[in-house]
Amino acid sequence: MQLTLWTYEGPPHVGAMRVASAMRGVHYVLHAPQGDTYADLLFTMIERRDTRPPVTYTTFQARDLGGDTADLFKRSVRDAYERFKPEAMLVGASCTAELIQDDPGGLARACNLPVPVVAVELPAYQKKENWGAAETFYQLVRAFAGPHVPPPGTPRTAREPGDTSRRPRANLLGPTALGFRHRDDVREICALLGRLGVDVHVTAPLGASAADLARLGEADFNIVLYPEIAGQAAAWLERNFGQKAVRTVPIGVTATRNFIAEVAALAGVDAAPLLGEQTSRLPWYSRSVDANYLTGKRVFVFGDATHAIAAARVAADELGFAVVGLGTYSREFGRELRAAAALHGVEPLISDDYLDVEAAITAAQPDLVLGTQMERHIAKRLGVPCAVISAPVHVQDFPARHAPQMGFEGANVLFDTWVAPLMMGLEEHLLTMFREDFEFHPEAAASHLGATTQAAARSAENSRMDATPEGAGARALRWAPDAEKELGKIPFFVRGKARRNTESFAALQGLATITVETLYDAKAHFAR
Amino acid sequence: MTIAALLPEIPGCGAAPRIAASDAGRATVTTAEVTTAKVTTAKVTTERGQREVFCGLTGIVWLHRKMQDAFFLVVGSRTCAHLIQSAAGVMIFAEPRFATAIMEERDLAGLADMNDELDRVVTQLVARRPDIKLLFLVGSCPSEVIKLDLGRAAQRLSRRMMPDVRVLSYSGSGIETTFTEGEDACLASLVPELPAQAPDAAPSLLVAGALAEAVEDQFSKLFAGLGIARVAYLPPRRACNLPAVGPNTRVLLAQPFLAGTARALQERGAALLTAPFPLGAEGTTEWLRAAATAFGVNADRFETVTALPAQRARQAVARTGARLAGKKIFFFPDSQLELPLARFAAREMGMQIEEIGTPYLHRQHLAPELALLGDDVRIVEGQDVDRQLDRCRAARPDLTVCGLGLANPLEAEGLATKWSIELLFTPIQGYEQASDLAGLFARPLARRELLKV
Repeated sequence: MQLTLWTYEGPPHVGAMRVASAMRGVHYVLHAPQGDTYADLLFTMIERRDTRPPVTYTTFQARDLGGDTADLFKRSVRDAYERFKPEAMLVGASCTAELIQDDPGGLARACNLPVPVVAVELPAYQKKENWGAAETFYQLVRAFAGPHVPPPGTPRTAREPGDTSRRPRANLLGPTALGFRHRDDVREICALLGRLGVDVHVTAPLGASAADLARLGEADFNIVLYPEIAGQAAAWLERNFGQKAVRTVPIGVTATRNFIAEVAALAGVDAAPLLGEQTSRLPWYSRSVDANYLTGKRVFVFGDATHAIAAARVAADELGFAVVGLGTYSREFGRELRAAAALHGVEPLISDDYLDVEAAITAAQPDLVLGTQMERHIAKRLGVPCAVISAPVHVQDFPARHAPQMGFEGANVLFDTWVAPLMMGLEEHLLTMFREDFEFHPEAAASHLGATTQAAARSAENSRMDATPEGAGARALRWAPDAEKELGKIPFFVRGKARRNTESFAALQGLATITVETLYDAKAHFAR
Repeated sequence: MTIAALLPEIPGCGAAPRIAASDAGRATVTTAEVTTAKVTTAKVTTERGQREVFCGLTGIVWLHRKMQDAFFLVVGSRTCAHLIQSAAGVMIFAEPRFATAIMEERDLAGLADMNDELDRVVTQLVARRPDIKLLFLVGSCPSEVIKLDLGRAAQRLSRRMMPDVRVLSYSGSGIETTFTEGEDACLASLVPELPAQAPDAAPSLLVAGALAEAVEDQFSKLFAGLGIARVAYLPPRRACNLPAVGPNTRVLLAQPFLAGTARALQERGAALLTAPFPLGAEGTTEWLRAAATAFGVNADRFETVTALPAQRARQAVARTGARLAGKKIFFFPDSQLELPLARFAAREMGMQIEEIGTPYLHRQHLAPELALLGDDVRIVEGQDVDRQLDRCRAARPDLTVCGLGLANPLEAEGLATKWSIELLFTPIQGYEQASDLAGLFARPLARRELLKV
């Protein structure tokens, strides 16, 4: 039993819904009680989809449990087929139905529907949303592409380099409904491939039909945009169709360039013209003198493994931030995350416990948090700026504008969204120089962020960042009134850090009282 | 004269089943006629099929804000945690006073003793939140299916942690409760804990059902004006201030979904007053009148206290709701507030009712509402969402009141909608909120007129 306040991922059947909702002509019959219909609002409200997800719930009740839940399931399957006439059916159970063991797959087969029925077993008490999406996608790919697998030993008829009869073609795998910017990433990557001279054969699951899945084997290679969702299916396609997979996730300028080179190598096309173009503003913006103040900003990164690892790399290599924390809730990708953390010299945080993440962020005292909607709340309470880089998503993560994370335009978006929450360079200096200006009062936030952040930041800062840490050393320490006053002149966003540094310095020196001198000794001691 | 006084007991409805029964099977429709004596004949159709309504766990979203020293621990699955989190949506202001004890494979496989695990989680929680005075263990679909006895667990934990923490339990499971029935189950679980009133206590009024604090304050002022001095509310703002109950308690329901709570209060000897619910000027007046009659307030005094605010409410509703007169409205089942809301829409804003869907109809508590609605209204109890959508599309109502899962798809089909959940999270009861309530109905139509895109 696990005590959970907030959860990063939904149950695995929500992952299956993300796949079914992304596709065309697929209907999902879910053996589930009525409460589980809440999941519809994830799609209609958060993503603002204009149709109901293609899901029928059996909504069994307590009084059904004695006898006919299996019958209810079969009726639901038949009714759903009659009403929606899908090209393929997906059937399964949610957590409660898993306990009553009705065997949705067997029951659905007994209905003898004239369309293929794919049963997905998603163990709700072991697995979570992304796993459910990956498993569902994998089962669908197997079910529909499976019949087209060439017999073992058949040599693969690869497209010859220089073949002018057709352009090379690739499948784009992984985008789903309710994905973090999947809609925009697909558009961006399709455009990139187009300029490279590569056709997108099938994009799946987003926008694909069962018939499209059947054609997956015809592509020359696969592109795994979201390993959490498409990794397993791509491995199966590689084993059975001999299709190589591009696994570089094109987030950030460097990764996008590597991605282009990798695609070009597999497609047998020349990447040089595209790589030669100036395609993102990020490198120049980052090198421009105005961006100097970004140097060494302490950033804490948390999200799904793919986005978190990519964000840490972009933060360090392309914006000049210092990564002070890196973590993920995707336990399945713990190995990759640990490797990335080692690269940045930080402790990996692999946890889906929101309280662990909050504690880690509080301890790291970052200048910026790159996280999910959960970390946005943590950051808000701590008064630390935050940008969202990963699911779980919120209605704000589906902006009206085109805002990809991937490709060159994606890199532009990262620069803008990560830099915007920070205090502008000169403003930060002015705040420090003219501390007693009444409009630069100690609680002032960045002027372009509006007044509301000030109150939030103030209360958060009072309650947390500025609080004396509960430690052995802290107990004996006393702040002299003039030192306390001097501390008050330090802008709020660094005051917590200044207090902690000074106190740990004083403890180190064995001082009982902190004076103004101690404050400045500590500053010199910790000067980077 | 009170509306309630006009209504004799409805024969055969005292023991109405908790979930609408139909033995005719799924997707078949049975029609039951409910006769409310001489006053009205409302046709109620019972429908069975896919429901598109939240489960009772959702009530935690507002109850945890209402009772500031209570904490709600759902014993369930990841789905339960995800549901509450998704339903709570933007309501995350602070660390929540609810959590989920997520059952895992090893619990279900019997590798871990479920009760030991629960004790461990509760200990962890209480250590983290020493401010908790009342802890609800909330049952879910999975905990009900595996027959985990949370009642016994609550007793065991209470024995261990009293007097610091009292532990109660109720079920919010979707196989037994829909949406607002979770609040009913929660309040019903509080009733046995209420202190007993002295046998010779002066008559007192207990208002049951969570209300916004501002609304409670307005009602308290009105009751004081009527000379009803002893007024308490269930749930209280602090769980440690439980109101007393006994044979001299008169209970006025502020919400229409409190079947179990009302029954439990009656078992403690309290007398239930029947009235329309306090939505709109008319509903509020009749609701207050039920209390006034029970407490022997004379008619003049009642007029003096209520005439002015009622008039103010009527005027404000007339202004705000002007654009709604003659417009067609369709209610999907959601919170059980549908009947009183429809009555308000029809009688105070002149709207035309196409259909009132309600997840469950408590015929006795809703009798005064049924009487006011008249006999040519289509009421559907239960749900088959696809058939209901067919009827809604065919009716082309000007406004559809529905849940969050249906609203945007219907908007995309050109139908104006109002999220029903907003009617639950907004203070709408009482005179001063009547025009806000009208405004909630009017805004979708006003917005359509404004938009030029």
